[in-house]
Parts: sequence; structure tokens; C-alpha cells
Amino acid sequence: MENSPSLPTFYIRPASSWSSIGLKELWEYRELLYFLVWRDVKVRYKQTALGAAWAIIQPLMMMIVFSLFFGYLVKVPSDGIPYPVFTFCALLPWQLFAHALTESSNSLVANERLITKVYFPRLVVPIAAVLGGMVDFAIAFVILLLMMAYYGIVPTWAIVTLPGFILLAIMTALGVGLWLSALNVQYRDVRYTIGFLIQFWLFATPVAYSSSIVPERWRPLYGLNPMAGVVEGFRWALLGKSEPPAALLAVSVVVVILVLVGGLYYFRRMEQEFADVV
Amino acid sequence: MSEIPIAIRCEGLSKQYRIGERESYKALRDVITDAAGAPFRRIRTALGNGNGSSNGNSNSEIENSFWALDDVSFEVRRGEVVGIIGRNGAGKSTLLKILSRITKPTRGHAEIHGRVGSLLEVGTGFHPELTGRENIYLNAAILGMRKTEVERKFDEIIAFAEVEKFVDTPVKRYSSGMYVRLAFAVAAHLEPEILIVDEVLAVGDAQFQKKCLGKIGEVAQGGRTVLFVSHNMGAIRNLCSEAIWLDRGQITARGQSVQIVDQYLRSISRSSGSSINLSRAHRYPGFGERLKIKSILFNGGNPIQHGEALTVIMEFQTTSEIHSVALGFGFSSYEGTRLMTSDTDFVQPQRDVPKNFDGTVETTIPHLDLHPGRYNLDIGARSGSSNFLDYLAGCAQIEVLPGPTTPASAMRGGRGLCISAPWLWSEFPGNGNSGNSLVNADNDLTMESDRLA
Repeated sequence: MENSPSLPTFYIRPASSWSSIGLKELWEYRELLYFLVWRDVKVRYKQTALGAAWAIIQPLMMMIVFSLFFGYLVKVPSDGIPYPVFTFCALLPWQLFAHALTESSNSLVANERLITKVYFPRLVVPIAAVLGGMVDFAIAFVILLLMMAYYGIVPTWAIVTLPGFILLAIMTALGVGLWLSALNVQYRDVRYTIGFLIQFWLFATPVAYSSSIVPERWRPLYGLNPMAGVVEGFRWALLGKSEPPAALLAVSVVVVILVLVGGLYYFRRMEQEFADVV
Repeated sequence: MSEIPIAIRCEGLSKQYRIGERESYKALRDVITDAAGAPFRRIRTALGNGNGSSNGNSNSEIENSFWALDDVSFEVRRGEVVGIIGRNGAGKSTLLKILSRITKPTRGHAEIHGRVGSLLEVGTGFHPELTGRENIYLNAAILGMRKTEVERKFDEIIAFAEVEKFVDTPVKRYSSGMYVRLAFAVAAHLEPEILIVDEVLAVGDAQFQKKCLGKIGEVAQGGRTVLFVSHNMGAIRNLCSEAIWLDRGQITARGQSVQIVDQYLRSISRSSGSSINLSRAHRYPGFGERLKIKSILFNGGNPIQHGEALTVIMEFQTTSEIHSVALGFGFSSYEGTRLMTSDTDFVQPQRDVPKNFDGTVETTIPHLDLHPGRYNLDIGARSGSSNFLDYLAGCAQIEVLPGPTTPASAMRGGRGLCISAPWLWSEFPGNGNSGNSLVNADNDLTMESDRLA
């Protein structure tokens, strides 16, 4: 019995404990990923009266509040950089992370109809949720550049590392998002913990303050919060601080890789039940 | 000599679902409290106490699960069009979901050779805020069409859906008919090697359903493999060469579609052929008090067929003397539009009925011209022309089956009367030849109009 060699063959088997991450298949479905991101962005902008302005308003308002209370009144040290830029620079990756977390944690449940009616690698859903924040990020980035120009801050050569840090931010958001989205399908109360999680995570991350307030010997431990590495990395790449936050960053990168890889495998394992449970 | 290659092969496919009084969602806090209480529970059972609160107790686990599919094995060769029929809950949708890789089997395995396009629902992924054009791209991507393919077929899709003027309006402004047409239009232009279709045609009006079936027929004739689940026996007979009958998760029969459909229909009408007991049916206050209709029986329990005689026997009971009584029944469409009525006083006078009387009324309708399909049954009794004594609307579902004189082109989609009467064509050159384009302009599916002439 010959089957034409050009026809793909699919084997359907009962659920198994471990499956591969399936990167090749993800690549085949890249167009779907694009369309899901496009859909989320388009719908979001069609529905809001402010549209693209919202991408700027949120971090700007936070920056203003932080600058007033932490920068001006409490006089939190900001490594010799004007406080507003200092905090706005950190708000960019933070915003991306927070948005990604909120969207991805509920992404599978929100797309329940897709998941129960069509086949595609389910990883596409939380990835699309995370990437959806890139548009806002890009818009806010322009504002950051304007602010830097206003304060006369010229980036050093370190700026070439910026794409790396952006990637790190996405990986962090994705890593945590994968765990949360898979957990949320089974345990629906996970979604309600996100708000609280983001709130306290914000304070654990050096957005309103500098990580230099943490004593040197504790800084690697502080790096266990991957967003600490991301934020300090951003500041170093863009605002030209004196030295790279090496130890902190190294710990953060390791944590991100562990969380991401762990998240991918956990997700792929739970994926086999999604259509039944969601 | 080469054999036709296999497109789908399943062996021992089984799927178990958990059911239970509680929702299957767990909360993390429940998991934590369960885990905390586990050691105490173990001590309790070790000490020989009863079941107590059973969380994951093995007895309740057995009660709380059922097998939607049980050891299903079959093969489908490339190019075959196979229908899957069965009652609701037989496992048809579960089978399709497993073959579409949406859910995994609990046991067994399957092989699929070729790309699969699944139509398990129409308009999957449509977003109301996006325009028709945007939704076409989105939906096509979801179904697995490449962007270039969509662009190539874009105009065809719009033409099929007949929404040219509205392509740039948000879909939330579409009528439900337009919505469904657009959704199906995208799906209809999928070109997978294997097409799996699940009752998507249950929505939409008759004309649209005919169009969809026509398109599926085209796909089938194009040499692709099709698995088609439907309750529309006419479509199954016309489109599918073979049919598989699933019942309670198992394959009951497989063979030529006409025979399998016949077997299936005979079995369901047997089970629903007994008299319909109405004494406990829900009635609005005030009805069924002075006179109560107890039961209705069609054809002595035998199947009701289009074009054949229909005998009806109604039993009723009174609690007081009533003047000018008439009883009757009617068939209504799904949406509640009354399609047919027959009352005892249409050709005969109303009757006065004594108190505490058990009576029956019966009639024989010489031939029932109602289209094969499902109808809602309405039953009533009145005194005079408008004083209702008892009224039960939509109290049962009645299936009218195709009969020996039912034309093959009478599909379920058109409700109401289906009247077989001869037509005379005016003279023109080529009259009586098949393939005359003027004649066949509207017949998507069959050329059987020739048979009637």
C-alpha cells in the first residue's frame, strides 16, 4: 500500500506524560500566530476611544505618580539619572510584562471556542497574547526616546544589547505566562490571583527605585526576580549607567531559562487535556 | 495493480469522560485543602469508617465516568465519502474531535494520511468587531489556509457568501444568515485531502443548506476523502457512498449508505413509536382541568412516513360536562410556525361530552404530505371555537420519515408540505435531454429533475 510521499501523516495516540515542544510545528503555524496577534491588537484599538494613545497614557501616568511621590517627595536615589526617565525606562519592560501576564493567563480560557473546535498547536495562544503587547511597547518606546532627548541623555555603545534585553523581557513574560495559562485551565481561580501577583511583583522589581539600594552581597539573590535583571539591563543599555549589572543579570537569565523551558514542557504536557477541560 | 491507499485508519479508539455533580474545574485552594486533609482521610478509612466525603474515592470514580467511544475501529480509503450517523450522544462528535486532533483518545490509536480540514463549527474565531474581509483572513488562518491561498480565492469566497456589498462592515452588523453564509464560504474553500464535517448545516435556511451540500458534494467528487456527520438522512444518502452507524460509542453497522440509513431509521422509529403519554405533561394553569388529553398515538406505533396514510388516536378524560367540544393536533416547525392542523370539527360538528368520561377520537389522514423531517407536536382541545380546555404546544418531537413515494431530491431543509405532482415543460429544442444548461441552472446537486418529466 503506497501513500503518495507528499502527503503528511499524523499519528493519533493517547496522552503521554512528556511530549516535545514542537518548535517545527509552531513554525508551520506562524501565520496563525500573526493573525491572532493582529486580531487582538485590532480589536483592542477598535474598542477603545483613545486607541493608540492608551499605550502611552498608562506608563506616562505611572511615571508622573512615581516621580512626584518617590522621586520628588521621598527623594529615592536614581543613580544620578533624572528620576522621570529613570522610572519610565523601567516602566517599558514592566508594562510589557504585566500586560503579557494578564493576557496570557486567561488566553486559553478566552479562546475556548478555538481550542475545542480547531486543531493547532495550543502554544500559539499564549505566545500571541504575549506578543500582542509589543505594539504598545513600540509606541511607548518612541516616547522614551523623546524623553531621553529632552533630558539630553545620549545612549552609550551598550544600546546594541537592547534587542537582547527586549528578548529577555519577552521570554520572562512568556515563561510565566505559560505556567499561568496552563494552570488556569485546570484551576480557574488562578486568574484572580494575577492582579495581586502583578501588584506585589511591581514593588519587588526596581521600577520605582534602583537595585543599588540592595546591598551588594544580596544582589545576586535579588536576581532571582527575573524582571530585576530585565529592568536593570534596560537601564544600562539605554541610559548609560556606569557598569553592567552582571551578577544580578546572570542569575536572572538562568531563572528565565528555567522558567521558560519548564513552562514549555508543562504546557505541552497539559495541552493534551485542554480541549476536554476548558 | 495498486490498491487505493488508506486515508484514515483507526484501531480500538476509545474515549472516557468524567462526569459528576460538581463542576470539573478545581480551584487551587481546593487542591491544597484536599492535600492537607488527605492523611486524615487515610487514617479514617484505615480505621474502618464509611465513605464519608468521597473525593477521588474509587467507587465514585467508576460511577462518574462514561465511555463516549468504545473500541472503534475502521478504515477509510482515499476518495471515499463516508457518512456517520447515530442518535445524539452516540459519540459521533467525539470521534470527529479525535480524528481532528482536538482531543486525545483514552485508548487506541489512529493514522491519518493527508491534511485534515475540520468543519466542526461554522465561523470559528469570527470576531464581531472585525469586518467581513478581516474575518475571512482570520478564519482562513484558523482553518489552516495560507494567506496567499486566501488572497487567491478571496473573490470566490465573497461571491459564494453573497456579501459583496458588506465586506467592509463589522460582522456584528450582519444578519444571522449573512454571518453563516460568510463563515461557511470560507470553510467551503478549504482544500484539504481529508474533510471532516460535523453537522454545520444545522444552521441556515433551506437555500443555504442546499448550497452547502452542493459544495460538499463538489469536494467529494473532486476525489477528496470526506467524513460527514449529519442527522439529515437525505444528505447522507445522496452524498455518501458508505455510512457508519454509531450507537453508544460503538460501531453498530457499516455498509452502503442507503441500507444503513434504512436500518437506522427503522430502529429509531421503533423506539419512539409507542403512544405519547401526556397525562403528566406540563400545562399552563387552567388547562387540562375540565378536559385532559391523556395520550396520542400515531400509526399504532409504526413509523410516520411522508406520502403514506397517518392514523391518529387521542385519548382524553373529562371532569365535568362540556358542550361543543373539539380536539385536534398539529405539527409545527422548529421555530414554532404551525405547518399543519387537523381538528375533529373541521368537517364534522362539535360534540357535547358528559362528566367523568373517558373517550377517544381517531382519524386517518389518507396521505401525509409533510416533508420528511422533525416537527414539534401541538395538541389541543376546545369548547366552541376559542375557549381552550387543554393545550400542549411542542409537547413532543415527531419524525416524519421518507416514504416509498418520497422523491430523492426532497431534502430535509424545506419544511412544510412536500407535494409530488407532475409538471409539464413547455416545448423547446432539446427538451428531454439531460445537460441542457437552461434547465439545470438551479440544480446544484441532482439532475433528477429529468426523472419527473
